[in-house]
Amino acid sequence: MPWSKVTPETHEPDFLEREDPAARRITHAEAIRESFDQALGIDTAVYLMGQGVNDPGGMFGTCRGLLETHGKERVFDTPLAENGLMGIAVGSAIAGMRPIYLHNRPDFLLLALDQLANHAAKWSFMTAGAVKVPLVIWSCIGRGWGSAAQHSQALQGTFMHFPGLKLIMPSTGYDAKGLMLAAIKDKNPVLILEHRFNFKLIGPVPEKQYTIPIGKGVVRRSGKDLSIVTISQMVHEAYAAAACLAEEGIDAELVDLRSLRPLDEEIILESVARTGRLIVADHGWKTGGITAEISALVAEKGFASLRAPIERVTAPDMPTPAGYTLENAFYAGKEEIIEAARRLVRQGQAIEIPDLPTLEETVAP
Amino acid sequence: MTLSSARRIELFRRMLRLRNVELRIESLYHEDRMKTPVHLCIGQEAISVGVCAHLTNDDSVSSNHRSHGHYLAKGGGLNELIAELHCKESGCTKGRGGSMHLVDTAVGHMGSSSIVGGGVPIGTGMAMAYKMRGLARVSVVFFGDGAADEGVLYESVNFAMLKRLPVVYIYENNGYSVCTTTRERQAQELIFHQVLPNKMWTQTVDGNSLDAVNAAAATAIALARSGGGPSLIECKTYRVREHAGSGVDRTGKYRDPAEIERWETHDPVHGLRADLLARGLLDQKGLEAMEAAIEAEIDEAFRAAVKSPLPLDEDLTRYVYCED
Ligand SMILES: Cc1ncc(C[n+]2csc(CCOP(=O)(O)OP(=O)(O)O)c2C)c(N)n1
Ligand SMILES: [Mg+2]
Repeated sequence: MPWSKVTPETHEPDFLEREDPAARRITHAEAIRESFDQALGIDTAVYLMGQGVNDPGGMFGTCRGLLETHGKERVFDTPLAENGLMGIAVGSAIAGMRPIYLHNRPDFLLLALDQLANHAAKWSFMTAGAVKVPLVIWSCIGRGWGSAAQHSQALQGTFMHFPGLKLIMPSTGYDAKGLMLAAIKDKNPVLILEHRFNFKLIGPVPEKQYTIPIGKGVVRRSGKDLSIVTISQMVHEAYAAAACLAEEGIDAELVDLRSLRPLDEEIILESVARTGRLIVADHGWKTGGITAEISALVAEKGFASLRAPIERVTAPDMPTPAGYTLENAFYAGKEEIIEAARRLVRQGQAIEIPDLPTLEETVAP
Repeated sequence: MTLSSARRIELFRRMLRLRNVELRIESLYHEDRMKTPVHLCIGQEAISVGVCAHLTNDDSVSSNHRSHGHYLAKGGGLNELIAELHCKESGCTKGRGGSMHLVDTAVGHMGSSSIVGGGVPIGTGMAMAYKMRGLARVSVVFFGDGAADEGVLYESVNFAMLKRLPVVYIYENNGYSVCTTTRERQAQELIFHQVLPNKMWTQTVDGNSLDAVNAAAATAIALARSGGGPSLIECKTYRVREHAGSGVDRTGKYRDPAEIERWETHDPVHGLRADLLARGLLDQKGLEAMEAAIEAEIDEAFRAAVKSPLPLDEDLTRYVYCED
């Protein structure tokens, strides 16, 4: 059975143990649905389109009831025409609308890359700021149940590459709602990549409308021995890993970036300055992916803080296999983070940085 | 719809202005002060002028790489165009876009794509916005025969028919994509001529005839404005010059020089001028005065462009994201 049918709803961790016990708790999917509903309610320029948004299942439940509430002029299904529709979304944004274009998989966004990367992401620059493209694209990374090579790609590394396109990847329902409303409010094209495993997590989400600044990360767990910098569903893997590591006496700090562009460089560098060791974890590929970018950032601007080489936990550089056993072998997560942390701490202790020899000592007698 | 004499003369003036701007660019291009590719629309002036004559500043056009005509006919600033070709801060995109990314939002020109076909869905989306916002505006999409090879045209036109969008597709079939003829690339006439007439009104016209383009555009734009949905006009024309840059190659490398000559005798500007003179609507003196005024305007645009400052290096990263 597909993952979405068998997996029960579970609770998000109370990351910093500061949760209000009286807070309303809803699923991640419901938080997204509420943000769509509120945005459609606030501004008649907002509309929502995508293949399957009128489906009773409603895109993992994120669109349930929206058609009934807001009407088929503003909530509508589309033909299979990804590049055309992306351009249509761009054009309508240029001419005064605020489109939310849902793509159930980032894989299909590749069909629209021309309009997304060549047009949406560049229009502001090419017109020297004269024309804005307030566009939200939302997509959800697939996993499991034979999703295989063309229905599971974690393409954040690809999309992070384009200046002019903002990129968000929330891990909690609270963030999913606040960042969605921030993205809709933003006058630039913003891509939100979700992960299916997040949808059934239950967490505190205020009913009111609120936004979270795009480009600001958050520390989910404080620690002194090493930093785990990650995003989206990998935050939950890392949090579980940190709990196990704590039992071994390794105190991990967990940074949830929430956005990849703009990237919160400060939160990464500050964390590494505190701990001296870094694991960057992501469901995307290693080569040219987001872990490469974040590692390069720390090598460039935080080199002096590092007490050990950077560890990266990623998907191996290969397409996703379909079978469930291979899939298990393919995906990295909690276990790989734990192993990386052990290596790091051991290594960090072993590395003794010798004093620089003085000039006199190296001169032959 | 036939044109009044005064209107015909005015539209002729716009065509002549466009022609003379292109000729001036061409004559100065070798000086290398315009460090940007140029795709001249010499021979295609009747199309942009004949179509844009029916538009207001609230209506929009979606353009492509061969954009000077669309931009000027829509009312885009001449000084800003020439400054842009000189990569100056006073250019219409402040030197950020160059000749293929013209923009003038004040007159409904919302930017141009140099990806062939790229502007087609964007213009379609603008039409959707007008419909959703309840505005009686029209979106015009100019595209070439090269764009007609692209799948995105099918996606866009299908969607426009489905939603009855106020969009007018102007197909400038100039016979070539760079060096390859339309016939070598397309198996048959554009498939959209075969759609049901109640889904989309289509017509094929002589793109070098102002009267023909004007009449078809009047019908199409009125239809769009009154909720009658999309239409498509194929304008048969010819790219007299080379694909990019200046001049024309008559050595027969990829096209028969006789073909070029044949089309040169069917020049839209020359043809209309001869007609106006023959009918006595314009005399030699009036024509000279018209041309002198145009030349003075062009002189001034080039003078201003050469004098104006280049963008500042410290502003390099501006406009990547909108600033408010
Ligand atoms: C998607 C894409 N493919 C190829 C090109 C290279 N290219 C630029 S202009 C052009 C010719 C386009 O022909 P057409 O659409 O008929 O316009 P014309 O140049 O004739 O006005 C080509 C192939 C491009 N810019 N974009
Ligand atoms: Mg052509």
